[in-house]
Amino acid sequence: MSTTQTKPAMSLEKAQKARRKFLQSLGLTVTFAGIPLLGFIPVAAANRPPRLRPPGALNERDFLASCIKCGQCVQVCPVQAIKLADIVDGFGIGVPHIDARTQACDFSCDAVQCILACPTGALTYTAPDFHAPRAGASLAAAPILKAKANDPEPTLNLKERMGVARLARPESCLAIQGKGFKGQTRGPAFKGELRYLEVDRRKPIAVRNHPYDLELCDLCVRECPLMDAIELRPVKDAHGVERMTPTVLEPCIGCGVCEMVCPAKPAAIVIDPQAVWKA
Amino acid sequence: MSRFADLFMGMLGAAPKKPEKVSEKVQKIMFLKYEDKDRFIKEKLHAREHHKTSHKWRNRRWAVLIAANLLFVVSFWLDIQLLEGALTASRFIGFHLIDLNSALQVMLAHKHIIVNLFIGTATVFVLWVLLGGRTFCSWVCPYHLLAEWFEALHLKLVEKKIVTDHEFHRGARTVFWVLFALMALVTGYTVFETISPTGILSRALIYGPGLALGWVFLLLLFEVFWSRRAWCRYVCPIGLTYGVVGSISPLRIQYTVEHCFHEGDCRKVCLVPHVLDVTIKNRAAEEHLSLGPDCTRCGLCVDVCPTGALRFNIKGLSRLL
Repeated sequence: MSTTQTKPAMSLEKAQKARRKFLQSLGLTVTFAGIPLLGFIPVAAANRPPRLRPPGALNERDFLASCIKCGQCVQVCPVQAIKLADIVDGFGIGVPHIDARTQACDFSCDAVQCILACPTGALTYTAPDFHAPRAGASLAAAPILKAKANDPEPTLNLKERMGVARLARPESCLAIQGKGFKGQTRGPAFKGELRYLEVDRRKPIAVRNHPYDLELCDLCVRECPLMDAIELRPVKDAHGVERMTPTVLEPCIGCGVCEMVCPAKPAAIVIDPQAVWKA
Repeated sequence: MSRFADLFMGMLGAAPKKPEKVSEKVQKIMFLKYEDKDRFIKEKLHAREHHKTSHKWRNRRWAVLIAANLLFVVSFWLDIQLLEGALTASRFIGFHLIDLNSALQVMLAHKHIIVNLFIGTATVFVLWVLLGGRTFCSWVCPYHLLAEWFEALHLKLVEKKIVTDHEFHRGARTVFWVLFALMALVTGYTVFETISPTGILSRALIYGPGLALGWVFLLLLFEVFWSRRAWCRYVCPIGLTYGVVGSISPLRIQYTVEHCFHEGDCRKVCLVPHVLDVTIKNRAAEEHLSLGPDCTRCGLCVDVCPTGALRFNIKGLSRLL
């Protein structure tokens, strides 16, 4: 009889303990399942400027889903243009992006090494069938690389653009002002690199080690790695005066070299990441 | 249910079961062991006296863990291209290797599997089937090493009665695994990667530190002041994924009941003490038993056992040799 009397008291305490443990475990589950969902905030934020993704990236949503956050693209880039995002990017943590002003993708690798390195197809030559390209993202023709202009196969295997260049601050453009440029663009402390065909086709060098002396500044056109993506055109300004104006053309893929080399502070020409071509 | 199923359920969170039937051989062993109490105590003390405290397996493991992570780092820094990438996905001299849980997240979120992703995942699957599944946790994962160091701090604070360990239900990890898989499937984002300390630490080592390390530090503080090894024990879906793989692995820790004095030192050092339930008196049904798939093969129990009742073992190897 005594056992039946003491037994309920024991099991009550046990039941309480089990209940507490269950509730605490539930709390743990809710907390640790909820915290990563906060990563949705930076992804969904309307005012967040889009990131410039490496060449061959799928559309942003698919890109974030398919990127495995390993950084192999970072490792193969000869100019270290690609950086990985931090936890402030939420679901975009560890996902590669390019800050063109700091270091643009200049296609020094010729073959788009980052696409070759990507193990999941987040960067890809051929997007899967269900991946519908946005209107204006597809390139009219395979881009021709100036560095490979004399090769039997001068094109880059790239079907979509990363973004589009835009003359954002025409008032600070040296060409429009009719000015030349002499010296190191971006100054002596700038660490960015660029491949100069006249120096070494195989090896990019620091931009600061390549000073210029130009009668009319045409750096964005001169250093653009692609054929016919940008040119200086006489364009009439508000007063009807013809001025040599950098004009972005359809073959622009948004690599960002123009933004990197622009001597104006801040850059007169910038890349609109993930933007599409509008005729 | 078979012992395999019991151990598997134990990994998912079920409480260890007492054996329904103990083999005659074990009954005889236990009878002989406790036949003469004085002799038993004498033997126990003798074993203790002659046990040299060893950190053999721990030191080997730390060396392997640090070497594996350093190989990633120097491959990039010195551009020797041996092991490119991070722990989520990499290439070892050109061969794709892809972390199983990261692959799962990407597959569920993206719903599209390219050939390289499949090859890398299959390679890693075979690798960890051979090497023991959760062996990844204790021999490779950088968070495991940090957590081990902070665990020592936690234990010191427990000893001084400054903190107490708050245990959660081990089944929480199974719930997390399902939740993280569902979140990837439904949202189309690799939600878990946002907080994965394994990925964060691996990338921080290779590509440089960032704010994400703050999150890892918070996890470590939680483990020091609230719950011992909470992330690895109750949350991490990577561990469960590798645990499932390890359930069919031939590499495991083997327990021999005859040598055991049932004192429980092994359970005190273990990350997943439920796998050592067999070391409790009268819980072993067979003479030799391998620990369940949740065991990380870290070897701490092998180091601490004074009698060699716990040893590394490769199933079938003794028969082959």
